[in-house]
Amino acid sequence: METRTGMEASIAIAEAVCLCDADIVAAYPITPQTHIVEHLSELVADGKLHANFVPVESEHSAMSVCCGTSAVGARTYTATASQGLALMHEILFIAPALRLPIVMSVANRSLSGPISIWNDHSDVMAERDIGWVQIFAENAQQALDLTIWAFRLAEDRRVSLPVMVNFDGFILSHTIEPVLMPDKETVQAYLPPFEPLLRLDVDAPVSMGPVGIPDIYTETHHVQQVLLTDAYGPIVETLDAFGKHFGREYKPVETYRADDAEVLLLTMGALGETAMEAVDLRRERGQKVGLLRLRLWRPFPFEDLYRAVGRRPVLGVMDRAISYGGPYGPVASEIKAAFYHREQRPRVVEFVAGLGGRDVPISDFDTMFDALFDTLETGRVPEPRLVGLRE
Amino acid sequence: MRRQSAKPKWTELAVGSAIDVPGSARYYKTGDWRSSRPVWNSEHCIRCGVCVIFCPEGCVLFQPDGYPNADLDYCKGCGICLHECPTGCIRMVEEED
Amino acid sequence: MHEVRFHGRGGQGAVTSAELLAQAAIDEGKSAQAFPSFGPERRGAPVMAFARVADRPIRNRTVIQEPTAVLVLDPALPGLVKVDDGLVADGVVILNTSRSADEVRKDFGIVAKLALVDANRIAREVIGRVITNTTMLGALVRAVGLVEASSLEKQFESRFGRLAAKNIQAFQRAQQEVVLVDAV
Repeated sequence: METRTGMEASIAIAEAVCLCDADIVAAYPITPQTHIVEHLSELVADGKLHANFVPVESEHSAMSVCCGTSAVGARTYTATASQGLALMHEILFIAPALRLPIVMSVANRSLSGPISIWNDHSDVMAERDIGWVQIFAENAQQALDLTIWAFRLAEDRRVSLPVMVNFDGFILSHTIEPVLMPDKETVQAYLPPFEPLLRLDVDAPVSMGPVGIPDIYTETHHVQQVLLTDAYGPIVETLDAFGKHFGREYKPVETYRADDAEVLLLTMGALGETAMEAVDLRRERGQKVGLLRLRLWRPFPFEDLYRAVGRRPVLGVMDRAISYGGPYGPVASEIKAAFYHREQRPRVVEFVAGLGGRDVPISDFDTMFDALFDTLETGRVPEPRLVGLRE
Repeated sequence: MRRQSAKPKWTELAVGSAIDVPGSARYYKTGDWRSSRPVWNSEHCIRCGVCVIFCPEGCVLFQPDGYPNADLDYCKGCGICLHECPTGCIRMVEEED
Repeated sequence: MHEVRFHGRGGQGAVTSAELLAQAAIDEGKSAQAFPSFGPERRGAPVMAFARVADRPIRNRTVIQEPTAVLVLDPALPGLVKVDDGLVADGVVILNTSRSADEVRKDFGIVAKLALVDANRIAREVIGRVITNTTMLGALVRAVGLVEASSLEKQFESRFGRLAAKNIQAFQRAQQEVVLVDAV
C-alpha cells in the first residue's frame, strides 16, 4: 500500500526515516536541510517516531553523537549541508573506519565564501575521500527511496559502512511534488532489524577506535579501500531488491535516450531532470543527444560507466563544483581518469554549471549540446567552460 | 587487533580494527620503559597508602606482608610515589645498579 | 503545462498559495511542483513563489520565467514590481485590487487578460483579517481552472483546521465576485 501525496523532498526524507524506525536522530539545523530536522523533531514529539532526538550544538557534535550511538547498535540518522558537512569533516572519516552504518542526508549547498545558502555540489565534492557510500537523488521520490535503501545497505553485514544520500538543496528540499509514500509494513519487509556487526556491549567488551601505529595503519586503510569497492555488489543487489519490492528501479549509472545518441552529457543530481527535458527538445529537432546520470559516486561505478558510454566519441560532463587550480571539474577529472587506460575512450568536454544557486535553464543545456556537436565534428576539445558566466 | 606474534595481514584485522580482547592492555608491559625503580624502606613506611593512590599506573599495591610495593612488569619508574611519600621512605634505584 | 507565479509580501502567504495549488493538483492525480523563490524570507518584502501543474510528470527544475498566469496578493505590488514580466501572450494576471480594469491598465500598464477581485475587502469581511491568499485562489480557480474548487477546499480543511470554514467562505465569494477581462 502506498499513498500518493504532494510534499517536499525534505518532508519525504523525514517520513522515510520515521518509516525506518531510526533509534537516534542527532542533527543541527542548517539551510537548506532544516525542514528535515524540523519535521523529525515533530515526529518524535508527536510520538510517531520512537527515537531519541539529540539537539546537538554543532555538526561536529552531531557526527560525534552519531558515531557513539551507532557504535552501541542504535539505528542512527543525521542530515546536514554545506558548512555543516564541512564542520563534520574530521569525524566523517571515523565512521567508516569503525564500520558504523550511519545514514546521512546532505541537502547539497555551496560553501562560503562569499556566503551562499544556495545549491551546488561544492559540499559533497570536498568530502569525496571520506570512505562513505555516496549516492545522488534527482527528485523527491528518489530522495525518499534512497533513504530507505541507505539503511538497508549500510546495515548489510557485508558492508557495515555509513551512507550519504545527496539531494539538491532548495531545488528538491523546498519543492513540493508528487511522492508515493510506502506504508510501514512494506518498509519493514524490506528493511530487517539492525543487527550490528560490532557493538559496544558491557557483556562482551571491545575497544573501538584504537591507535593505528605505522605497523598496522597501512593494512587498515587497505581494508577500507577493499570494503568500499566491494560494497558495489551489495549496492546493486539491494537496489535490485528495492526495485522488486517497491516497483521503482535504481542503477549506479542511469541513462536517458542514450542508446543511439551521438553525443552524451553526464549529470549528477536534480538537474538531470531538466537535462532530460533539454534532450527531448533536441530529439524533436532530430538531433541524437543522450544523457548519463551518475547516481552512485562512491564506490565509483567504473564498469557501468564504460558500458553506458560504449563507443560514443564525445562525452560532456556537467560539474556543479570547481576544483580550483586543479583539473577544474571534480567529476570530469574522475571520468577522464577512469578512461585513461582504455583503448576506447571518448573525448571529454568539461562544463561547470549552476554554482551557488544559479538557475540552469534549458538554454544552458543547449549551449552544452552545441559544444558537444562541435567536438564531434572537429575533434577539438575546448577548455573547461563555466556555463552562464558573464564575460 | 588480535594479539599475535606475527604482524597481521590486512585480511587478519578485526572488524573496524577494534580490540576484541577485553583487558588486553595488561599484555602490554610498560615496565620496560623504566630506567629506575622505587624501593621501599619498611622501617620508615607507615603504610599510609599514599603511594598506592598516587601511582598513575596503578601498579603499586599492598603486598601480603602489609607493605606497599610496585609491580615491576608495569612500573615505569616515574617517581611519583617517591614525590608523594610523607615519610621519605621510598628511593629510586638505577636499573643498571 | 501551466506555470503560475505568485507575488506577495513576506508573511502574506504566497508560498502557502503555491503549495495549496500544487497539493490540490497532486490529489487530483495530476503532476505539480510548488517552490518558493529560494532564499531568506523577510516579512513585508516583495517575495515570489511558483507552481507548475501538468498532466504528465514534470522534470523541468528551472525557475519560471514565462508564466501562464500571475497571481498578486498585495494591491500595492503592481506599482512596485513588474508583475506581468515574461507572461505568455495568452496569459492572465490575477490581481487583488479595488481598481477597475481601465484603471489597472492605465496605472500599471498591464495589457494582458485580467482577473480582478477586491480580496482585501472580502478577507476583511469574511475572515476578519486581511490575509488574502485563500481568497485569491478563488479568483485563480475562476480565471485559469487548473484544479477543482473542491480540491482546494479539501486542502484548506487539512491545513487550517477550524479556520478552514471562513477561508472556504472567502474563497467561494472571490469565485463569485472576480471580474474577468480580455486582453487589449
